[in-house]
Amino acid sequence: MAAPIRREIRFLLNGETVTLSDVRPDDLLLDFLRLRRSLRGTKEGCAEGDCGACTVLVGRLLDGELVYETVNACIRFVGSLDACHVVTIEHLRGENGGLHPVQQALVDSHGSQCGFCTPGFVLSLYALWMREPNPSDARIEKALQGNLCRCTGYEPIMRAARAISSYGDAGRDPLALERADLKARLIDLKDGARVEIGSGKDRLIVPASVEDFADALVAEPQATVVAGSTDVGLWVTKQMRDISPVIFIGGLAELQTITDHENGIRIGAGVSYSQAREFLAQRIPALGPLVDRIGGEQVRNMGTIGGNIANGSPIGDTPPPLIALGASLTLRRGNDRRCIPLEDYFLAYGKQDRQPGEFVESVHVPYPAEDGHFAVYKISKRRDEDITAALGAFNVQIRDGVVASARIAYGGMAATPKRAKAVEEALIGKPWSEETVAAAQEVYAIDYQPLTDMRASAQYRLLASKNLLLRFYLETTGTSQPFKIKRYEEA
Amino acid sequence: MGNHPVQDLKAARIKGGVHTSERHDSAHKHVSGAAIYIDDIAEPAGTLHAGLGFSTVAHGVIKSMDLSEVRRAPGVVTVLTAQDVPGVNDISPSGMNDDPILADGKVEFHGQPIFCVIAETRHQARRAARLARVEYEELPGVIDIWDLDAESHKQVFTPLTLKRGDAPEAIAKAPRRVKGRMRLGGQDHFYLEGQISLAVPGEDDEVTVYCSTQGPSETQHMIAQALGVASHAVTVEIRRMGGGFGGKETQANQTAVLAAIAAKKLGRPVKLRLDRDEDMMATGKRHDFAIDYDIGFDDEGRILGVDYTFALRAGFSADLSGPVGDRALFHCDNTYFFPHVVAKSALLKTNTVSNTAFRGFGGPQGMVGAERVIEEVAFAVGKDPLEIRKLNFYDPMGSEGERNVTPYHQKVEDCIIQQIVAELEEKADYAGRRREIAAFNANSRYIKRGLALTPVKFGISFTKTESNQAGALVHVYADGSVHMNHGGTEMGQGLHLKVAQVVAEEFQIDLDRVRITATTTGKVPNTSPTAASSGADLNGMAAQNAARQIKKRLIDFAADKFGVPHEQVVFLPNRVRVGNQEIPFNEIVRLAYMSRVQLSAAGFYKTPKIHWDRSAGKGHAFYYFAYGAACSEVSVDTLTGEYVLERTDILHDVGRSLNPAIDLGQIEGGFIQGAGWLTTEELVWDDKGRLRTHGPSTYKIPLASDRPKIFNVALTDWSQAYEPTIHRSKAVGEPPLPLGISVLHALSDAVASVCDHKVCPRLDAPATPERVLMTIERLKAEAGR
Repeated sequence: MAAPIRREIRFLLNGETVTLSDVRPDDLLLDFLRLRRSLRGTKEGCAEGDCGACTVLVGRLLDGELVYETVNACIRFVGSLDACHVVTIEHLRGENGGLHPVQQALVDSHGSQCGFCTPGFVLSLYALWMREPNPSDARIEKALQGNLCRCTGYEPIMRAARAISSYGDAGRDPLALERADLKARLIDLKDGARVEIGSGKDRLIVPASVEDFADALVAEPQATVVAGSTDVGLWVTKQMRDISPVIFIGGLAELQTITDHENGIRIGAGVSYSQAREFLAQRIPALGPLVDRIGGEQVRNMGTIGGNIANGSPIGDTPPPLIALGASLTLRRGNDRRCIPLEDYFLAYGKQDRQPGEFVESVHVPYPAEDGHFAVYKISKRRDEDITAALGAFNVQIRDGVVASARIAYGGMAATPKRAKAVEEALIGKPWSEETVAAAQEVYAIDYQPLTDMRASAQYRLLASKNLLLRFYLETTGTSQPFKIKRYEEA
Repeated sequence: MGNHPVQDLKAARIKGGVHTSERHDSAHKHVSGAAIYIDDIAEPAGTLHAGLGFSTVAHGVIKSMDLSEVRRAPGVVTVLTAQDVPGVNDISPSGMNDDPILADGKVEFHGQPIFCVIAETRHQARRAARLARVEYEELPGVIDIWDLDAESHKQVFTPLTLKRGDAPEAIAKAPRRVKGRMRLGGQDHFYLEGQISLAVPGEDDEVTVYCSTQGPSETQHMIAQALGVASHAVTVEIRRMGGGFGGKETQANQTAVLAAIAAKKLGRPVKLRLDRDEDMMATGKRHDFAIDYDIGFDDEGRILGVDYTFALRAGFSADLSGPVGDRALFHCDNTYFFPHVVAKSALLKTNTVSNTAFRGFGGPQGMVGAERVIEEVAFAVGKDPLEIRKLNFYDPMGSEGERNVTPYHQKVEDCIIQQIVAELEEKADYAGRRREIAAFNANSRYIKRGLALTPVKFGISFTKTESNQAGALVHVYADGSVHMNHGGTEMGQGLHLKVAQVVAEEFQIDLDRVRITATTTGKVPNTSPTAASSGADLNGMAAQNAARQIKKRLIDFAADKFGVPHEQVVFLPNRVRVGNQEIPFNEIVRLAYMSRVQLSAAGFYKTPKIHWDRSAGKGHAFYYFAYGAACSEVSVDTLTGEYVLERTDILHDVGRSLNPAIDLGQIEGGFIQGAGWLTTEELVWDDKGRLRTHGPSTYKIPLASDRPKIFNVALTDWSQAYEPTIHRSKAVGEPPLPLGISVLHALSDAVASVCDHKVCPRLDAPATPERVLMTIERLKAEAGR
């Protein structure tokens, strides 16, 4: 039975319920806040989700809980906010109506200079404080990866972040006290209807369920499917592309499940990086630190692993490790499904094996073999919140000192995420030794002829990639030599 | 600042006087989103929005420009081209008339504005701008400077030569000699708030422009020139910027002028805010340099002569490239005495955006050159670079020595670098860590550590003499509250707070009695841009002067009214002692008003002592110098070139700080910005002249996780300005930025360890992981040879 259709988006904004029937598919939350609501505490710094000046909180129901996450309002579409709670800087206050503990800590620590980035920092620290009232420096830095400050050098902001709990009790925070009520209001907004607004060049659909989504995409195979909008948002802000009709799938709970499945992990296409992080790290430890280096916290809260794959970027960070692990992809069109090896999905630059009306439903990631070694190394100009120059993923089994199997894949080295087949061949059956590594390094040029661009030269990409194999060798052989630099011991 | 704060009439000290760590006056507004930036001002009804069309070639002649589709696009009201400029189509700050507001016939860089669309919404304006059909006859373009001949290539402004002694001869006769070349990258300001202006038309020829500018007076004059009206018709106002760093000294003028032209043409308010990518593409940056050096020295490492050429990428026009090149030369000595020196600038014209002021204004680039010279000498004689640094320092303040004259013939009278470096060496345990690192490296094949301690000496004053003046306007209202205004602008550095502290100190009233107000050309005219670290020095003095005028009138009045000698009228905290009685400040003010005493004054200041003869290359260019030093340690992965900044210790001189908390913030922030410049901030242009790093996704400024793991920053608690500056404080905006050079040299030290410090790494900047790895590879190859 088809879902009922609603012609308006409904969400909570700070304390009020907002009902909008005049939403266009490319309306962005930041513009809505600033231009339509005159909530101008939220700033635009880059309009590409990289600086964090526009950070707001979005609360959503996830597995029955109301979860607040930071997002970049500059690339978040209004159409994706149905049944969400948007919290802006204007909503924050302390218990006695003065400054909120996060705000007071920043003031007292001299944490603002020009102040333009400050509301974004406040929201990022607030989201962290809600979850971890007494975070470590490593955790604070991670929470701030998506917030740029050009004035302070961050030291006073760090001092403030460490001190927040001395200014107030996270348990007595207004949002915490109102949580039950807010949750009830959001549940009320979730009426099981499909949202459809507009027509022609200005049309958006928020499907009621995955079934509904599958039907909608068959009916409109040219539609732009938007999950986290960390990529599509920039099509609008930077390329000014028309993206209508848009199907927003960020609210589909069925796509947001991550489960153990057939000696591996099944990741629904709508699972965000943040949602997946702990689950992945518990089962495949090397993936935890990798996820921590994808975007900033805001982007990890919005962006999905499904989207990272579906877009087919040659510099997506999840495909190389998933290919190395032998992941497979489930694609769905209507009620038809097919399952393909992930590495076969990437056909050429910008071209994927996805048919009209078809969407990525899930990815299945087998665990590495129990006697196997698995590692992922990302190289970028700046360690955090940077796009990959080169990324290598290694899945190798050593038996009796000999390489029994090897699956190695790289990102940033070709037009697609790509296996290093010549390198694998040079390793398999050979003793796992520095000599073998050196010999395998010689064949990298067969597998990869990388480009020179603003992130790195071809020469550097190739050299560093070769050296990652040596790093992997050192890591697997338990050398006493330090072979990796760390800011903090990885948790 | 509350409306009716309670004042303590028995206080021993006022709240918020000078030398106290007051919080930023706007901090509570920053954190609550209540601080209003230009884009946050409630737009007047009918406000229109502008968007720009940009050149898509680096150099060419516009053959045709079809804007018909732009004009037909939804919401478009009008399109401006060069022909729509009523006055002069130029915003050159150098007098070279080479900076068109909108390109007229020829384009000289990729991203140059060629037309301006005005529409009902910003989205409509930006979208419409993409519909233009422009045909170019492309001309050959010059993008990079590395291979240019500095002697023969076209320059945008007259270069400078500094000369003292006979460097060629000293070098030729020196026991040792090294020549080399260094590439030093530029830097985008990446102020979080991009360029923006809102112009509101007034009566007759009047217009008010709210502009995120560091130089409201210059913006005002540029608008007047472009509109063809007198300056008195134009008012420019700025309450605060979301960061400036030099990027809004001249670069703010373009949005201001275009918004003003459109507003006057249409009779409606017009706002122009650049998108981040547009901002990075179309506005100038820190100059990148190619630095040539030829050094003569003795076997001990004492420098005998240096011959430098500092070639910079000016971009297509002069802008501030002349003075930036000058300041590079003024700092090519850093803290070192060169017995013989010749240093030339070359201001090379390229088909790239015109480079401009950026915190340090060429000074940091000059100092990077000086530190490369030190490093070369140290490697040549096989000593720790710190030893070579100390061997070549200027003589300390008060010594009778002769080693105290700069390449521009100014005597260094206030040198305190010896004491700073000695203290920092001790606090940072330089010697102990040097040994530990050597031991670590000897046993570590892949990870190498590096350490460096680098000094800073930064000259304070505009070298353009007329810029060293400032004005202020202070009103005392009849209720005893004070309204303070001056010509400086607030970009986050706490200038308004410092000046308010000066005024509070002068009247001996609590800081919350002093109201900070927006900078406007209507209150204080003919101001200098807030630049050259001079904001508090100049405006603090001007405000003090204004306050003293009023104070003198109050003293005269009180002495007269109560019949006591003038010296018996004393300003105590929140009160005035007149003879034997103490009268609240408010009450004295009320009485003075009743007696018709003028309670408003315009203050003024000009820096004494300074003079500069550019053609002779001689003068007393700087009123004084600010000093500092930083010690940084890094770990480098020699397999990938990745690195971590392990620790930095800083000791920095701000004289007697007006506000220690604010100054520490400037030092921490300046250091990180300097470190970013020399490490991950890389500007990349392709061979077509397109900037490939035009947003934060591709241009990487430091994050919280890039700051040193251990970061100890301190002010020298013993220094005070040698000259009678405002309360003996020193400038702090720019001098800390080159403390970041310590990171470059720590990386260089780590890199050098791959061949046992036998070869000078010549690590260029920015030292991205790629450049670090490639330098390691080169060293290994050279050492193996």
